[in-house]
Amino acid sequence: MEEPLVHIENLFAAYNQLSVLRKVNLDIYEHDFIGIIGPNGGGKTTLLKVILGLVRPKKGKIIYHFDRSQIGYLPQGSQVDDRFPISVREVVESGLETGLKMGGRLTGNSHSKVREVIGKVGLDALKNRSIGELSGGEMQRTMLARAIVSSPRMLILDEPDTYVDNRFEMELYGLLRELNRTMTILLVSHDIGIISPYIKSIACVNGDLHYHTSNEINAEQLKVYNCPIEIITHGPVPHRVMKQHND
Amino acid sequence: MDILELFRYGFIQNAFLAALLMSVSCGIAGTYIVSRRMVFISGGITHASFGGVGIGYFFGFAPLAGAAVFAVITALITENLTRRKVIRNDSIIAIMWSLGMALGIIFIYLTPGYAPNLMSFLFGSIITVSRTDLWLMLILSLGITAVFMLLYRPILYVSFDEQFARTRGIPVMRLNYLLIILVALTIVMSIRTAGIILVLSVLTIPQNTANLFTHRFGQIMLISVLLGFLASIIGLMVSYFLDIPSGATIIFCLVVIYLIARFMKVVTFGRLKSRNEHGSKEDHRAGLGTERASQGSGSSTGHQ
Repeated sequence: MEEPLVHIENLFAAYNQLSVLRKVNLDIYEHDFIGIIGPNGGGKTTLLKVILGLVRPKKGKIIYHFDRSQIGYLPQGSQVDDRFPISVREVVESGLETGLKMGGRLTGNSHSKVREVIGKVGLDALKNRSIGELSGGEMQRTMLARAIVSSPRMLILDEPDTYVDNRFEMELYGLLRELNRTMTILLVSHDIGIISPYIKSIACVNGDLHYHTSNEINAEQLKVYNCPIEIITHGPVPHRVMKQHND
Repeated sequence: MDILELFRYGFIQNAFLAALLMSVSCGIAGTYIVSRRMVFISGGITHASFGGVGIGYFFGFAPLAGAAVFAVITALITENLTRRKVIRNDSIIAIMWSLGMALGIIFIYLTPGYAPNLMSFLFGSIITVSRTDLWLMLILSLGITAVFMLLYRPILYVSFDEQFARTRGIPVMRLNYLLIILVALTIVMSIRTAGIILVLSVLTIPQNTANLFTHRFGQIMLISVLLGFLASIIGLMVSYFLDIPSGATIIFCLVVIYLIARFMKVVTFGRLKSRNEHGSKEDHRAGLGTERASQGSGSSTGHQ
């Protein structure tokens, strides 16, 4: 049997006394494209952070069968200060940094890789702009370029379509499908309708994790899995979430 | 008197060198502080160091050494408690800020007799800088320049997005501690020239002036060093000829340079253009939000 890239077993995670993940089991294999959905506060981002090593699990095991520095990460949109004095190119270059290198300079190869990725996300004309001059969607493209510039083996994306317009959303998921040929992808989304044509399997996180594998995930199949969909509205964007699991 | 003639005096030569060294360390450390929005933390460190000055007077050792110990301890405590989310960042800063000032006042009150040079610690006195001070300032300036040159990229990346830097294996915590210690030492070394009450401006005004014209971390650093030096030299000369306090005059010059730069920017680029650009960007963001909202709502219904 193929060895998973990441093996998660009986994992519990909590912030202070607040339990967020309970008894999570998950195997992530090479070339998986997993969509992670669930309600707000259900633990989707925490699960990603545990895999990234940013949150230490309270209990349980997480085993990596590859070098963890080969993970590319696109965090949730609101995390960075958009007035920080840094250019698009510098942000993308930061995706190539590993460890603490004194006086490290980019090689010629790295420069061409950065140029190539900036072109791929359509930011050629903006590469020398300060991030403060970008729109939300352009910022998100910059963060995506940063996540993929190192050609990671695993790509972790936390709501990559935030702020992104319709046209780039299609381009984004097309690009992810292309990247999935060489990368394993974990994608958190609130909208299963948008990601369902692209993902290969789905994990529903609501404290516990429910994992469903399917080549074609749609509302009908989710009914089979007893995952009722509920539309909730908070703020300007209605979210589609998994209400609760009966299985 | 000819301005060049002034440089025959040893104290003016010392003041000139102090201005140069302070501009280098404050230009670099200040860019880090302003970019990371750590101005309030720096204010806390500055004022907490007054506790060390008071204890230095009371026990009879160099007040600046006491200030250095207090500043570093305050910096480490603030960084540690903030990182562990034990207490809100602004609350711990306020506590350390007032505790340091309180200890300073108590110990100076308890010190028998007159506390010499107390005013120079509070308001700065660049013309009383000694050779020993200059050596210490030189070591600090070289140290901070070396750290930022050797670790420029990791520092930039950690400052921009700490969490992502951690995923790339950059030792974020160690780097943060190193930098906050350098900031604390920069503050202490600048107390002799700008004073506890005014030092924060040397760490923030040149950076904000530079930020009017560039949005690059490295360029802000370089321009801040030059502006800091320019303001210090003009301030030094003006204070000498008008016989007014040097620290306050330097700060006044920094503010005047900032206002002139701001005026130049408005004249050059046009306030209206800037407003329009800002407006269209906000509209753009708002528009995207609306688009996503309606799109999310629409597709949700489709899958019911």
